Amino acid sequence: MTATTPAIYFDNNATTQVAPEVVAAMLPYFSEQFGNPSSLHQFGNRVGQAIQHARTQVQALLGAEHDSEIIFTSCGTESDTTAMLSALKVQPERREIITTAVEHPAVLALCQQLAKEGYTVHYLPVDQRGRLDLATYAQLLSERVAVVSVMWANNETGTLFPVERMAELAKAAGVLFHTDAVQAVGKIPLDLKYSAIDMLSLSGHKLHAPKGIGVLYLRRNTRFRPLLRGGHQERGRRAGTENSAAIVALGTACAMALDALEHEQTAVRALRDRLEQGLLAAVPNCFVTGDPDHRLPNTCNIAFEYIEGEAILLLLNKLGIAASSGSACTSGSLEPSHVMRAMGIPYTAAHGTIRFSLSRYNTAEEVERVIEAVPPIVAQLRRLSPYWGETGPIVDPQQAFAPTYA
Amino acid sequence: MWDYSETVQEHFFSPRNAGAVKDANAVGEVGSLSCGDALRLTLKVDPATDTILAAGFQTFGCGSAIASSSALTEIITGMTLDQALQVSNQDIADYLDGLPPEKMHCSVMGREALQAAVANYRGEVWSDNHEEGALVCKCFAVDEKLIENTIRANNLKTVEEVVNYTKAGGGCSACHEGVEEILSRVLGESGHSFAPSAGTTPLPVKAGRPRLTTVERIRRIETVLDSVRPTLQRDHGDIELVDVEGRQVYVKLRGACVGCQMAAVTLDGIQTQISEALGEFVRVIPAEARARHSASAASESHVACA
Repeated sequence: MTATTPAIYFDNNATTQVAPEVVAAMLPYFSEQFGNPSSLHQFGNRVGQAIQHARTQVQALLGAEHDSEIIFTSCGTESDTTAMLSALKVQPERREIITTAVEHPAVLALCQQLAKEGYTVHYLPVDQRGRLDLATYAQLLSERVAVVSVMWANNETGTLFPVERMAELAKAAGVLFHTDAVQAVGKIPLDLKYSAIDMLSLSGHKLHAPKGIGVLYLRRNTRFRPLLRGGHQERGRRAGTENSAAIVALGTACAMALDALEHEQTAVRALRDRLEQGLLAAVPNCFVTGDPDHRLPNTCNIAFEYIEGEAILLLLNKLGIAASSGSACTSGSLEPSHVMRAMGIPYTAAHGTIRFSLSRYNTAEEVERVIEAVPPIVAQLRRLSPYWGETGPIVDPQQAFAPTYA
Repeated sequence: MWDYSETVQEHFFSPRNAGAVKDANAVGEVGSLSCGDALRLTLKVDPATDTILAAGFQTFGCGSAIASSSALTEIITGMTLDQALQVSNQDIADYLDGLPPEKMHCSVMGREALQAAVANYRGEVWSDNHEEGALVCKCFAVDEKLIENTIRANNLKTVEEVVNYTKAGGGCSACHEGVEEILSRVLGESGHSFAPSAGTTPLPVKAGRPRLTTVERIRRIETVLDSVRPTLQRDHGDIELVDVEGRQVYVKLRGACVGCQMAAVTLDGIQTQISEALGEFVRVIPAEARARHSASAASESHVACA
């Protein structure tokens, strides 16, 4: 990477840059606006008002009916955990949970732990394009189920789940419904007051606010038990002195996201589509994973067959291009991404999946640079691959190269 | 992103001996199903001398898998087959100035490809006998399978015993939850349950072995320290024995070891080795901590009284 070629950030589903306006809005709350919002005096009062304003900004983006339905937390994971554990606590007689095989670890790892503690967890499978079968889901809903937790948009493929429909089915069956919407908020329009969703998680750093701030949306009259007790903050539903600077930042980021929604759906989508078409045209033996027809406008996940994702990322990084991979080797785990496995993507392709996730700060010029950069990298790695011949994949790769596996 | 050494990066960005060797007469194909990596090693061996004239690799894998393959071909070219078989996965990792613990299996794959290729050349059938599980202890790169097998073989019951036998959990201790889960599972197979406060059985002492004299104990401790010294000196550090007091072994770290963030991990590793050499559990304590140790022991009892 040289000074003349600035870095390209196509990893916005991992985290986003904090918008300069957001930084400006939060800075005073580290200095002169240092008061504790709970205090009676003017130092506290001013901060309290700023938090109240931020709450209405979040409310507007979510389309929530009441601003008191917004509970500030420390992150998406805390919101997910609070929602799930609350649902279990208010209905101790219900011992089942429904979720999907492709959830974020924030939900998946919690469910695995709850299974160890005696809960029955139903993991809804997905098809080759990452889609759920609603008939299977409807059959599982019963008075034994405490909560359904289904992500709105998948972080790896961007695939959207029909959570509004699923929430209605849950409501009809008398089951609480939670959605992890950290990838969806700010990218697609939401109007929660017209939905049957009881609880929703969002995370600030996915929409140009800083890390360390999240929200749990809790529909009014939803039975609830806090995760953290110990104070009256957030109406006693999440104790702990407010992270006022980050809350103000999130409010600003939500207001900006609301203004930019149209842009995300049109301009960002056009950049993503150009990137995807450009790469598919320039690189042989690659394909888009997930459901391209129902997808976040910013996300494109491509499997480059017969090569491994970490190797691709390292070479991209050398050119100043940031993306991420579903390969095992990028995570420290031994398995390729559970999302790719759930879709039945073969190992030789799952390990070579690369996620490009854009934001409104990306440009058409950056897209063209990436379209130029990727094909030689893929070709270089395929020259090293035992699955690749002179001009293309070796005939019947699984037969011709059949290593002894440990 | 991984903390890859300069050498790993260099071998990844400019791999040596990539591609299949022409007229190869030895081929080894291995893969790690768990991580999905696979490697084909091709060798051209001089039948008269059994010397490896050329080596080439084709790898489906991550940066360190490619770098390990490249390093392997560099190391073994020019060796006889018997010499090459002496190359360990640690040699490959050392050649690359180290690999992250999660990536040590990449060097194992390199060594196995070599064994498979030599077997192929000699007309033998090679089968892989090592199992690999999910990494549990990141400080000492110990995987689940090794821990499970060690628990079964030695009838271990506590986390402390697992630390003593496998080193797993002997560093930062963050994996103790995972170790407890493995213990619960393995003990459950034989109808037992894991009890966190179960008594620790001492390390096995060879039957009939006489109790060591003080001089003998110190000699053995010095032998262990001498064996780790070259590693420390390579990082511009050193260690010396200060005193032995019952089960406390006081040492002084020198040079770059002083203030090194890995010092605690290093001492834990040395403690395990000394414990093994003596056949009893000992604690290795920095000499500077000696005064502090006795002082804090005093203040703890004070608190307990309050």
